[in-house]
Amino acid sequence: MSLVAVRGLDVGYTRHRAVQPAVIGLDLTVDAGEVVAIVGESGSGKTTTANALIGLLPANGRITAGSAVIDGVETAGARERTLRRLRGRVVGLIPQDPMVGLNPTKRIGAQIAEAVRLRGVPAPLVGAEVAHFLEKAGVGEPELRVRQYPHELSGGLRQRVLIAIALAGRPKLIIADEPTSALDVTVQKRILDHLGRLVRDEGISLLIITHDLAVAADRADRIVVMRDGRKVEEASPASLLAAPASPYTRSLLAASGSSSSGSSGSGSSETAFRSSGAAAALPRPPRDVAEPTPSTPDKSEYPQGSAKMPGNVLQLTDVSKTFAVTDKRRGRRGFNALDQVSVAVPRGTTHALVGESGCGKTTTLRIALGLETATSGSVRLDGTEISGLSWNRMRPLRRKAQLVHQDPFATLDPKFTVRQSVTEPLVAFRVGDRRTREARARELLDQVALPTAYLDRRPRELSGGQRQRVAIARALALEPDLIMLDEPVSALDVLVQEQILTLLAELQRALGVSYLFVSHDLSVVTRIAHTVSVMNAGRVVEEGPVADVFAHPASDYTRELIDAVPGRRVRAGRGTPGGRGVPADHCGDPAHRDQPFSVDAADVRRGSGEDRGRVA
Amino acid sequence: MTRYVLGRIGQAVVVLWAAYTLTFAILYLLPSDPMELQLAAAGVQPDSLSAGQVAAIKHQFGLDQPIWLQYWHHLSGLLRGDFGTSLTQQVPVSDLLAQRIGPTLLLSVSAALVSLVAGSALAYLATFTRWTVLTRLPAVGASFPQFFIALFLIQFFSFQLGWFPATGGLVLPVITISVLASSVLAQVLIKSFEETLSQPYVVTARAKGLSRSAVHVRHAFRNAALPAMTILGVIVGLTVTSSIVVETVFTREGVGKLAQEAVLSQDVPVVLAVVTVAAAIFVLVNLVVDLLYPLLDPRIAVSGAAR
Repeated sequence: MSLVAVRGLDVGYTRHRAVQPAVIGLDLTVDAGEVVAIVGESGSGKTTTANALIGLLPANGRITAGSAVIDGVETAGARERTLRRLRGRVVGLIPQDPMVGLNPTKRIGAQIAEAVRLRGVPAPLVGAEVAHFLEKAGVGEPELRVRQYPHELSGGLRQRVLIAIALAGRPKLIIADEPTSALDVTVQKRILDHLGRLVRDEGISLLIITHDLAVAADRADRIVVMRDGRKVEEASPASLLAAPASPYTRSLLAASGSSSSGSSGSGSSETAFRSSGAAAALPRPPRDVAEPTPSTPDKSEYPQGSAKMPGNVLQLTDVSKTFAVTDKRRGRRGFNALDQVSVAVPRGTTHALVGESGCGKTTTLRIALGLETATSGSVRLDGTEISGLSWNRMRPLRRKAQLVHQDPFATLDPKFTVRQSVTEPLVAFRVGDRRTREARARELLDQVALPTAYLDRRPRELSGGQRQRVAIARALALEPDLIMLDEPVSALDVLVQEQILTLLAELQRALGVSYLFVSHDLSVVTRIAHTVSVMNAGRVVEEGPVADVFAHPASDYTRELIDAVPGRRVRAGRGTPGGRGVPADHCGDPAHRDQPFSVDAADVRRGSGEDRGRVA
Repeated sequence: MTRYVLGRIGQAVVVLWAAYTLTFAILYLLPSDPMELQLAAAGVQPDSLSAGQVAAIKHQFGLDQPIWLQYWHHLSGLLRGDFGTSLTQQVPVSDLLAQRIGPTLLLSVSAALVSLVAGSALAYLATFTRWTVLTRLPAVGASFPQFFIALFLIQFFSFQLGWFPATGGLVLPVITISVLASSVLAQVLIKSFEETLSQPYVVTARAKGLSRSAVHVRHAFRNAALPAMTILGVIVGLTVTSSIVVETVFTREGVGKLAQEAVLSQDVPVVLAVVTVAAAIFVLVNLVVDLLYPLLDPRIAVSGAAR
């Protein structure tokens, strides 16, 4: 008998006395030791399904029909007491966001010990068990970690602690709800590898909830695709990738990972890496503008050719930034957030900054915007040196460079209508009068493909993608030469990402605007950018045209980044394994995978880097 | 950490000094003549004195000095523990305070403790049972004026039931103050609880298999109480200021009643002393809360050290 047997499950949320269905007629089984992935976009009902299985639906949610039997126990309509016996000891949960998944005022050890104690382990043995599970989850120095608080750990380590908590109940099934989407791509890969090995060794079943078809395809024995509360398709990764039955799965597949959607499936590394739609329409950057020789990661020997070329709308030369930080043990000292960084954005093209959190890409962006001053080096915006300019002298130059934020839900004032948001820059710079601003607002909405009827809407009436369109329209209002895009699509569903990237490419072709595109997501970068700088620990380790850098990465770090991008099977399914410029066997290299402890050292460094940045 | 503590203490001293100076300025601006008050208290008609006698008396009390010098004398006296002399009763203000502060401290401390317990219990129950009636109760409690509650309690418990004395007792005054103070605390705590219970770490805790009550006690309570702690100072301040109304209604001989009498008779040194003492208590409570924070919230210690 299956460990999980869901039959005709309906889950609904009561809102304003009406029941809105979130899951409709779902059938799902998970066998012992099996890894099943539920893939879907936000609103597909995937997280609701997970919550229903563990009996943790929000207060207004409940199972309205069907049955969900877990380990022989019916959970539909079950009492809290029955559900509580399942939680932890039969079903473990790894929650979505490790940054907020742990109680900030309790020590790590105490939080794991709770789960151990619930199994009835006698008090003297609890400590040893806690250390055991921390080690199993790949957390080094457990006796040190148990005394730490969550904020003292990096995101990767916190995720491992959450895994330890899930393991501590010795469950038969672990539900991992978007377990790593909040983490850097290399950390994500290590943790998913580790989790995969753990459940296999222990014979635990794993239910992965994810928006990322590539992640699911790499890790699962079986994939369930959900949309609008219904199961669209269910198949093994191999058959799903080879012959997706539904058009929805096909569109997800096309948008996931390094997509070429089969339509332009030529074997060349370039087309395999770029999507057929948006990127193909982009103007190719002139070859002589782009950095010709991405050679060594050693910055001192690095040629500075492109940075001195004319025709760059933004040019950072040897920019360094040192934050003063106070360290508990070592006292006051400088922290080099940026070390001799040179970045150039050729006019009319897209330059991407790629790297993991704490690598300095956001600091670079803030310096380029004049929000932060560089400790040394030169920043030229449209030929004008801006480093050292006062706020007032800088102000007219701000028209030339605008910013689009990562989070479309936070970037718009909830009390502003779309009209007010879009025309705010015009008002701030006293451009035009009421009438011309209204005309401009309509024109801008037209450019971002939103109906003019939306002018009177407020952000809460818009979807994430629509909000991001409004944010882009606002950035365009002053006709800037350069738009800085800080992770503009990372908060969006994959299909919406695709639409926004297409929009950005069209706007660039129509208006000639340049983009500085900050992202941690390599597959997005390959679709939008012409040139790229790979950053690590405050330095540019590699730069050049996107196709060259990713097809023939010169630095180990770039290789590691590329290697960590999920979607091995998606790409392999297209018959372009070498298209990524990475030796296929590299992924399976055991020396590369089995390093939970060295991983933590990296995690800790990165985490403390973030902390330092924040404190400063 | 030492810097954090010293900084907070420095802030407290500055706030206290500002409260004192502001009160001094306001009282100096009052249209009253301290001379006349004192003479009236001594039973002397001001008109019967010659100009020279008046000048002599003024000199004796330092009233002929410029205002900044008076301020300086007052302040330096205060630092030595000398609050001056009451204009109407001709006794040292510190003696008056010493007589009256006992009953008020008893009232305030009991009311603060009752409010703390009742407010926390109400917030805990309201969020645990999710009864809407309980969550709305604090809003009702906070909207009744204190004199109304006091009169209602006297009418019901003293005159009709005869359980408690209408004047002088402790129970009814404490209840009067606690209704408002605990309501304010419960409102903030309930909001904070609801916020905390929606946090992902609460889901983590429940997914371990912990019962709802265990999650409430072990995970939600401390995190919910942290933001609510900021209003502890306000609660204690409320119990002190409430003593003016409550001691007047229940005729308790405390500092609140002293303040009310002193304001009516324009006894400036007494008013100044009461305000200063009240401000000192308020500042002290807030200081204690600030210093407790790093002990209760591990995250504060980090930013404190990075300062």
